[in-house]
Amino acid sequence: MPTIVVEVMPKAVLLDPQGKAVTGALHRLGKSAFSEVRIGKRFELTVDAVDDAVLEEVRVLADEMFSNSVIEDVVSITVLENAGA
Amino acid sequence: MRIGVITFPGSLDDRDAQRAVRLAGAEPVALWHGDHDLHGVDALVLPGGFSYGDYLRCGAIAAHSPIMAEVIGAANSGMPVLGICNGFQMLTEAHLLPGGLIRNDHGNFICRDQGLRVENTDTAWTNVFAANAEITIPLKNGEGGFIADAATIERLEGEGQVVFRYLGVNPNGSVNDIAGVTNERGNVVGLMPHPEHAVEAGFGPDTSAAMRSGVDGLDIFTSAIRSLVSA
Repeated sequence: MPTIVVEVMPKAVLLDPQGKAVTGALHRLGKSAFSEVRIGKRFELTVDAVDDAVLEEVRVLADEMFSNSVIEDVVSITVLENAGA
Repeated sequence: MRIGVITFPGSLDDRDAQRAVRLAGAEPVALWHGDHDLHGVDALVLPGGFSYGDYLRCGAIAAHSPIMAEVIGAANSGMPVLGICNGFQMLTEAHLLPGGLIRNDHGNFICRDQGLRVENTDTAWTNVFAANAEITIPLKNGEGGFIADAATIERLEGEGQVVFRYLGVNPNGSVNDIAGVTNERGNVVGLMPHPEHAVEAGFGPDTSAAMRSGVDGLDIFTSAIRSLVSA
């Protein structure tokens, strides 16, 4: 069955405390090639079929529930056909 | 005077809030998140805790609870509404208060007695405080960093919508040391620290007078009663 993937990231201008903690850990391990880590969320919504109405509903949910526009951005909504097949 | 306290799945401080309402001189009314009924209360408290395990975002799932439709309607009609900690997070998620709360900048949960300055004494929940009163009540959260975009912060500061500000070291990275805010009308207030834990001598923060004698939180609840009496 197809899966709709919604990815949400903390706004770029905001401090991302989770990412900052992982960045610190990498640097303590000597992985100095990575100057910054940012951590976001990925929602996978399994549906029977993808059509315009479903995609529109996901766009609304992404803006109104999966993310909070004060602190986060929806960075992508993509469709994976036959995910899990 | 009847003040409702809403219990959500994962609320922890609902009974403490009910006790604070009672000690302030009003009748606490237990309300349930799954109902569409405010049982005729005169004011509302959304208590602290970890509703729905803080999954998705703190307060986000609770903000979509059935009773929130009635809460939003009551808030927009002027009913005093207080959000404490997780309740504050719910009010921002429900767009009843501006801004948002993110993980503390140092990444750790923090629990301590916290000094605050009351910067707006015209709200439904702060009208018995003296201007710029300094109070001490407990603070306990992992995601208490208040943020908003620069234009919103400027508006909040300019319009006096910052109600409480942290004194001393900023405990969580909140912009401008903001601990609590109100809406434009002044009837909806949210704050991260916990006034309901500083309402009875013997169970509050330490003061210079005696251990655990701090009751600075009580006036937040008596303010709501006064605003209802004078309304």
